[in-house]
Amino acid sequence: MSDTTTTPRTHPLVDGEVGPGCKKVDPIVVADGVVRQFGGLTAVDVAHVEIPRGHITALIGPNGAGKTTFFNLLTGFDRPNQGQWSFEGSSLARVPSHKVARKGMVRTFQLTKSLGRLTVLQNMLLGARDQRGEGLFAALLKPLWKAQEAANVERADQLLARFKLDAKREDYAASLSGGQRKLLEMARALMSEPTLVMLDEPMAGVNPALTQSLLDHVKGLKDDGMTVLFVEHDMHMVRHISDWVIVMAEGKVVAEGPPETIMQDQAVVDAYLGAHHDTDLGTLTNQQVAQIHEEADAERDAELEADGIEAGDEPAATPEPEAPAAEAAPEQRPEEEQR
Amino acid sequence: MKTSSRPRRSGLRRAIAVALAVMAMAAGGATAAAAAPLAETGQPAPYNFNGIVRDGQTPLEGVEITVSGNGVDETVATGADGRWLVGLQEQGTYTVSIDPSTLPEGVTLRDPSFESRELTASSSANGVLFPLGEPTGGGSAPTPSGGTGGNTGTGGEGGTGGTGSSDPGGDAGSGEASTGAASNDFGSKLLARIISGVSFGLLLALAAIGITLIFGTTGVNNFAHGEMLTFGGIAFYAATTLVGLPVWISVVLTLVAAAAFGWFHDAAIFRPLRRRRVGLVQVLIVTIGLSIALRYFYQFLIGGGTEQLRVDRGIVVQVGPVNMTMSNVVGMAVSVVVLLGVGLFLTRTRIGKATRAVSDNASLAAASGIDVDRVIRIVWVLAGVLTGLAGILYTYFIGANIKWDVGFTILLLLFAGVTLGGLGSAFGALVGALVIGLVTELATLFIAPDLRYAVALLVLILVLLVRPQGILGRRERIG
Amino acid sequence: MDFLSILNTAAGEILSPTTAAFALATIGLNIHFGYSGLLNFGQAGFMAIGAYAFAIFTMMVDPTATLGWPSWLSFIAAILVAIVAAVIFALILGIPTLRLRGDYLAIVTIAAAEIIRFTVRTQDLTAVTGGSQGLRGQDYKGDIDAMNPLTGTTYGFGPWTATAYDTWVRIIAWSLVIVALILVWLLMRSPWGRVIKGIREDEDAVRSLGKNVYGYKMQALVLGGTMGALAGVMFILPRAVQPDNFATTMTFYIWTALLLGGAATVLGPLLGSILFWVLLSFTGGLINLLHGLGIFGAMTGSQAGQLRFVLVGLALMALVVFRPQGILGNKKELSFNV
Repeated sequence: MSDTTTTPRTHPLVDGEVGPGCKKVDPIVVADGVVRQFGGLTAVDVAHVEIPRGHITALIGPNGAGKTTFFNLLTGFDRPNQGQWSFEGSSLARVPSHKVARKGMVRTFQLTKSLGRLTVLQNMLLGARDQRGEGLFAALLKPLWKAQEAANVERADQLLARFKLDAKREDYAASLSGGQRKLLEMARALMSEPTLVMLDEPMAGVNPALTQSLLDHVKGLKDDGMTVLFVEHDMHMVRHISDWVIVMAEGKVVAEGPPETIMQDQAVVDAYLGAHHDTDLGTLTNQQVAQIHEEADAERDAELEADGIEAGDEPAATPEPEAPAAEAAPEQRPEEEQR
Repeated sequence: MKTSSRPRRSGLRRAIAVALAVMAMAAGGATAAAAAPLAETGQPAPYNFNGIVRDGQTPLEGVEITVSGNGVDETVATGADGRWLVGLQEQGTYTVSIDPSTLPEGVTLRDPSFESRELTASSSANGVLFPLGEPTGGGSAPTPSGGTGGNTGTGGEGGTGGTGSSDPGGDAGSGEASTGAASNDFGSKLLARIISGVSFGLLLALAAIGITLIFGTTGVNNFAHGEMLTFGGIAFYAATTLVGLPVWISVVLTLVAAAAFGWFHDAAIFRPLRRRRVGLVQVLIVTIGLSIALRYFYQFLIGGGTEQLRVDRGIVVQVGPVNMTMSNVVGMAVSVVVLLGVGLFLTRTRIGKATRAVSDNASLAAASGIDVDRVIRIVWVLAGVLTGLAGILYTYFIGANIKWDVGFTILLLLFAGVTLGGLGSAFGALVGALVIGLVTELATLFIAPDLRYAVALLVLILVLLVRPQGILGRRERIG
Repeated sequence: MDFLSILNTAAGEILSPTTAAFALATIGLNIHFGYSGLLNFGQAGFMAIGAYAFAIFTMMVDPTATLGWPSWLSFIAAILVAIVAAVIFALILGIPTLRLRGDYLAIVTIAAAEIIRFTVRTQDLTAVTGGSQGLRGQDYKGDIDAMNPLTGTTYGFGPWTATAYDTWVRIIAWSLVIVALILVWLLMRSPWGRVIKGIREDEDAVRSLGKNVYGYKMQALVLGGTMGALAGVMFILPRAVQPDNFATTMTFYIWTALLLGGAATVLGPLLGSILFWVLLSFTGGLINLLHGLGIFGAMTGSQAGQLRFVLVGLALMALVVFRPQGILGNKKELSFNV
């Protein structure tokens, strides 16, 4: 099915031929055979993928493609059934999430996790690494950590100024708008001086007025020498800022390529437009809601068999009830449970 | 002896002790007068503690009682007529204790804290009660009015209950067992415990399903659920004993009242809280407050003692090597039928399916046109009825009596059952409750009966260690 | 009983060693719930552990008599034993549950506290724990009495008059409260406290910033539990050890005191404990007075006395709905998330 692809065969980032799971010239993350199953359902099944260092990589795909689950696996927030992956050459499989973060791989969350009853500044300071005052006994003796704390405050203030949050410094994070929380979360991640920043849907729920500055901030990260990997639905953002795009569908990496051409890739078209092709959604409205999870699963099973679907189905033909079904897709379950 | 879970400072405690002693004296005066000549001391002591230890109407001989304090440390044994007396040279506060190991097999103190009390000898003869009979398990704080019979003018007699000895099978001293082995070999005992455990487990399941449905649909762990059970018991007690209605009318009335009580929970407390969007942790603490308020309100109503129900427990039937009362046989049958009914309700009816849908995902259910508020209301009413029924059965199970805090003493067992089965799963609650029921009863074969609840809770913790989602829960549900 | 004596008794609660013990337990619970968001419903279990460890060590090992230690050393040793026991208990509780959702900790802690109570009151252990009758005060108060530098008969004035022994216990208990308050104040303004509060808000976020959330939760559990154990020791110094004192009801009173004063504030637990006991004593006295006037008809005095616990329950409900931040809490910094 990749006969009709318009993606170029080679690319400066790629070592060899462009394609799903292709080798990169200078990878920072290399993952092999990562599988995560929920019950009988395979949410993630990534055979091989590499993330290029020093660039902005977008991870896209339809709802339920396993993007967030893959994120959770890479950062240690979820355990895979099997698989290996490494970050800067050292294996990260089964490393707990906080140690992943300490190695310089810091993530944000789809549903913003600003710490509401801490002030913006306290949120920022929490991001700083190797704080002496974070030990139980050292905490009692202020002289031990006073200087380090002052340095961290200074750095936090610089970052807050850069993200235009300096006016909110002493406010509780709960009082910020959705977009400001996204910014705060990003700024907080930067406090730990990461080498790889992983953003889970940075644009979700952001006021359009803030979109441009958020884009600039993400680009700024690359200029500061960091690698960025983000999950996004907003194709505008993907096209504007990413250097490389990885497409997931049904848990697998189905395509890779530069943003200019990736949307013409046949596999991508299949993934996006064929996703709900052969499920009889008309009957779903009359289903008992208790069975919707099972419906979603059945739908997925149907999709798995739906290889080689004709492109050209009208997306508009997808009836409304598709949305709740997609909401219940397994990809999002771990998030819900962590409430 | 204490007034609350926290003993008062000595002054206040003394005041209460004095009040009690006066009460006991008024009650025990007649006995004391009769008992005084029995003292065989050469010089009659100016003051004394005295009483009669009886199990039902049978005086117990050779029970050891110790009085200590103010330089006195004297142990006496009861005579053939169950009487005892310790003479004292001065007024003051003494510790009066009974040695339970000298009680005959199968006889226990109704309230274990009566094993030792601080009492004040303020007049010449001070009657002391040691009520015997069915203990109500690991209950919480006893209260000043704990000694039932204290006001009945029966003096130093034992408790009024003493059903333990009226059961032909004998309760083997385990307190709450409702079945007894007809013969004494291990096999019969085991069988008796298993039947008793299943019976207990079934009644726990009735209440536990209420908890799990409420948790599933609203996310609230209801700490006041034990009080719902007590409500059923007290309503039943009021109908049968205070009003004197026949049992079947009482059962119907109790269930109607319990349904209304469940509805009231939702209408008066939990729906307004949902409207206010009060957080789950807050609601959890509200249920704790509700539990405290209701529990002490019950005590306000019926006092701190164990009240005997005037109901016929039915004939004793012998099933193989096991003795059971008819009421227990009927109770088990009713439990099974009701549990089957609940199962059918949840799987076959529209409302039952809607209930499961709300448990699964409330907002999704709401989006698809289910009236979530209505479902939750129905769940509260259903939980009220089931738990009220459990309350009725529980009063039978523990020997046809009721105490203000019976529900609270088994609340943790209910939670253990629910957690063991997997939070939010009705079928899991059934299985978990049965496991807990069996564990508590079987444990008495191997360890002291007063540790059986501890064993059940230990099983809960161990299971959580190995399988945090419970026996039937889904792994993904755990954060 | 006239109204003045009711006030007098209630005022006496302000400085009573029991109030100090409760304040200490509440400060511990504040570290758990107020700052770390841990739903510990077994604080009474920690108190029981501390009380029994202290009393049993003093009675069984009795270093003063067997090893010839000075009484202060023996006392310190007993306190250390209580702390070690609480730490072990916290580890046993925390290892399986701190990785799970919060309500599991709630169920496991409440169950563990009851296991402790059932265990210490079982007849089989009467030789060690005294069974359901508990342990007599005179059997473990020797050391602390011997350390007492006060030689007079009574100290204080008005409602705060106490015997030399009681005064000595008050001094020790309230000193511990002050130390605990300073400790909490120091910790909560430090980066350690910041991490703990962050975990309360969202542990995944804190984890994503490279903090070992599990380790921090364990530290908080141990620290608060240790304070609970010390509270247990202070609780039994003015009285005997009674297993049923450490029932679930006590845990609930500690929660009420915490929410009354204000969770996640340094002084909230102190204020809450004092108010709780003063109000409980006051309402008890008042109801007694009213009962004496015949307001409650044929009801017995003790039956009427239960009304104040009904009030406790209602107050807890109202408090948590209408003023969840307590008296000292900041309106913005509400004590509940979710």
